[in-house]
Amino acid sequence: MPLITSNKTQPTYDVIVVGSGAAGGQTAYTCAMEGAKVLMLEAGRNYDPVTETPMFQTNGQAPLRGGNTTDKPFGFHDATVDGGWSVPGEPYTSASDDPERKFWWWRARMMGGRTNHWGRISLRNGPYDFKPYSRDGLGFDWPLRYEDVAPYYDKTEMLVGVFGTSPGMENTPDSPPGVLLPPPKARAGEMLAQQRAKQLGIPVIPIHRAVLTVQQDANRLPAILHPNNPKAQRVLADAMRSRAACFWATPCGRGCSIKANYQSTTVHIPPALATGNLDILPNAMAREVTYDGSGKATGVIYIDKATGQEGRVQGKVIVLAASSAESVRILLNSKSAQFPNGLANSSGKVGKYIMDTVGASLNGHIPALEDLPLHNEDGAGGAHVYVPWWLYKEQLAGKLGFARGYHIEFSSGRHMPSATTAAGMEWITGGSYGRKFKEDARRYYGTAMGFAGRGEMIPNDDSYCDLDPKMKDKWGIPVLRFHWKWSAHETRQAAHMQKTFAAIIESMGGKVRTPPTEGRKAIEPGGKIIHEVGGTIMGADPKTSVTNQWCQTWDVKNLFITDGGPFVSNADKNPTLTIMALAWRSSDYIIDQLRKGNL
Amino acid sequence: MDRRTAIKWMLTAAASVAALRRDSFGADEPGTGAPAVGYGTDPDLLKVYKPGDLWQLTFTAAQRATAAALCDTIIPADAKGPSASSLKVPDFIDEWISAPYDGHAADKKTIIDGLTWLDAEAQKRFKNDFTGLIASQKNAICDDICYTAKAKPEFTKAAQFFKKFRDLTAGGYYTTPEGMKDIGYVGNVPLATFDGPPPEVLKKLGLA
Ligand SMILES: Cc1cc2nc3c(=O)[nH]c(=O)nc-3n(C[C@H](O)[C@H](O)[C@H](O)COP(=O)(O)OP(=O)(O)OC[C@H]3O[C@@H](n4cnc5c(N)ncnc54)[C@H](O)[C@@H]3O)c2cc1C
Ligand code: SF4
Repeated sequence: MPLITSNKTQPTYDVIVVGSGAAGGQTAYTCAMEGAKVLMLEAGRNYDPVTETPMFQTNGQAPLRGGNTTDKPFGFHDATVDGGWSVPGEPYTSASDDPERKFWWWRARMMGGRTNHWGRISLRNGPYDFKPYSRDGLGFDWPLRYEDVAPYYDKTEMLVGVFGTSPGMENTPDSPPGVLLPPPKARAGEMLAQQRAKQLGIPVIPIHRAVLTVQQDANRLPAILHPNNPKAQRVLADAMRSRAACFWATPCGRGCSIKANYQSTTVHIPPALATGNLDILPNAMAREVTYDGSGKATGVIYIDKATGQEGRVQGKVIVLAASSAESVRILLNSKSAQFPNGLANSSGKVGKYIMDTVGASLNGHIPALEDLPLHNEDGAGGAHVYVPWWLYKEQLAGKLGFARGYHIEFSSGRHMPSATTAAGMEWITGGSYGRKFKEDARRYYGTAMGFAGRGEMIPNDDSYCDLDPKMKDKWGIPVLRFHWKWSAHETRQAAHMQKTFAAIIESMGGKVRTPPTEGRKAIEPGGKIIHEVGGTIMGADPKTSVTNQWCQTWDVKNLFITDGGPFVSNADKNPTLTIMALAWRSSDYIIDQLRKGNL
Repeated sequence: MDRRTAIKWMLTAAASVAALRRDSFGADEPGTGAPAVGYGTDPDLLKVYKPGDLWQLTFTAAQRATAAALCDTIIPADAKGPSASSLKVPDFIDEWISAPYDGHAADKKTIIDGLTWLDAEAQKRFKNDFTGLIASQKNAICDDICYTAKAKPEFTKAAQFFKKFRDLTAGGYYTTPEGMKDIGYVGNVPLATFDGPPPEVLKKLGLA
């Protein structure tokens, strides 16, 4: 089974998956490897990183020296095609005109979704993160524990390939031996930060990112990941052997033609296709899930973007993995007599409790890094170290004024020069030009360090999405309208972040570029960190949640949501590893239930 | 696509555009940004592009000459690298100000007005175009506008122009192979291992 067009779909499938990103990729992978016949619908075009990635292209070879535009918001060579803060013809709206209450929604309309260019930071949620309400009385508990998810974190890390260490820190889980790949050495600025931050009691440790620092062990891992399944083992071993180790050059955000980092299009989809159990229909924009009136979903209605025609496909199990907010949209647009407010929405909770990550940043100039002997700092195309949240005890004792933690991501090093290299230096050079400017450019190149906080937001009643009463997209599908509000927990956290970054920069002997400010100004707008989750939260009670712990909707038992929608909280840890781990867990459950004839 | 479908599409597309206008979001608001007529959302990423390939350039011959003279005042040749104009940086600046994207029209006004001001100022002070000035005369003007924080009130606008122009000159220059070498970028080459900073770097940082 292969990449197909609308007229080539089978009469029915075991599983229909909507979306091909982290969630859809993992779901289709697990189901196809376990023998289910799967159809994947993807709204974007097919995309092949092996042939399409501009690996060694320099910024000088791109329009505008590779700078950002509305067409390519993260730069010309960034992997995202047909995506960004706005997608032509596919608007969304904000209920409020107040900039503090607007939500920014990043979408990538392409095979593999946002996994083609994501940052690849892959952190596990810890035990506290699944039971936040029990810990501090805010938000909700998940209907599962860390121990329930841990085996799936192990499997996901082994499958996609994640580097890092297991230093045994509070609520920052270790991985078992043999799971993680070795971390790369830290860069100069990262090592300096590590040394100085330690004096402030701030731990700097190797980060976890989905990059192969060495090739995967294709002889050992397949048998662990797919016990008693020789075909899956063989397919996976071949797929692992086709992935090279990182060669320490080229920015990961462009994607990786040698498959050394994780993107769904190089890691999940190729082996799933190789099983012969997966059909993929690109350019298929799912509009609604059909419902037979007796408790079961029957299939999906989609728009074939190539022809503008409506298509219908049928399956025993329907899985929405279109990204959390888009899956909400599909449910709200799937109306029937039994579900006038949207499918699986008897609780009224579909669209509620959307969360992003709290973001604030601060940059500084570090004189110690001036005029360093020339050396190559490309490394693994992203940060090599980070700071996990380190103030659990102070926070629990109520000393901080905000309830949840954050981690710190760094940017440092002599990146490949871009449109903004040596720009905005007046504040350190006093306005040099001529030969002096050239000397300054050499001297200050790579001396800027950026610190970005990524913190937990507590779900609240004012942050949700519903259907815009008027606006439709160019396919005639009603669009989402976002409602947003940060609470004082988040704004105080953002202020704390900036103060901490200033302290780190000063501990390094550096100068802060723009001084810390109050939390409401420091915090990035909602959605800007692109970690949106929630909207179809899981729970133990059908009256207050949309799915159970298996990402299975309470109302429609053969309907599942495996993207970030079922997240009950949004820990400071970036969400994607958890999305994949839960999608795998949910897919195992789907396969088990299909085999038992329960679906 | 048949004609009937095409027409239907155009109508729905027009309706959604009208709906956008009605709710009147600005172009740089989330979700509703007006598509620019640039290279589109799915350009060929593997191709090598030159200024002028994608949209028409703006500079007149005289403006280009003034831009080149200013580029080389900002980035002259020295032992480590050639001058900005010899690497066609003025063409990049032209590409930048001519681009059909948000913000570039404002930069165009800044740059074109600034170049006009520069020639007028050169005439006023030295009875010559900027290109005809000797180095000390060029520097006399640039010294008054090279630092926005210290520029006298009558030079505020010119200083903002100079700041933007210097940023563009640097971006254009350091992204060329010669510029990357000049600034000391030694990456973008595949390596068998990543060894972290070499001993002399660690020593200088006190981390050895
Ligand atoms: C710049 C950036 C950096 C990031 N860095 C990190 C990081 O370091 N760590 C981390 O954990 N996360 C990171 N993220 C977030 C991460 O990308 C997402 O959490 C992850 O991709 C979510 O997976 P998903 O499958 O739910 O959604 P996506 O990856 O967005 O995939 C959804 C897919 O569904 C398709 N689709 C949508 N609607 C429909 C429809 N109606 N019909 C059919 N198909 C549809 C889309 O086209 C898309 O291909 C980053 C994101 C961005 C943009
Ligand atoms: S840094 Fe490594 S993993 Fe990232 S794109 Fe380059 S080769 Fe691939």
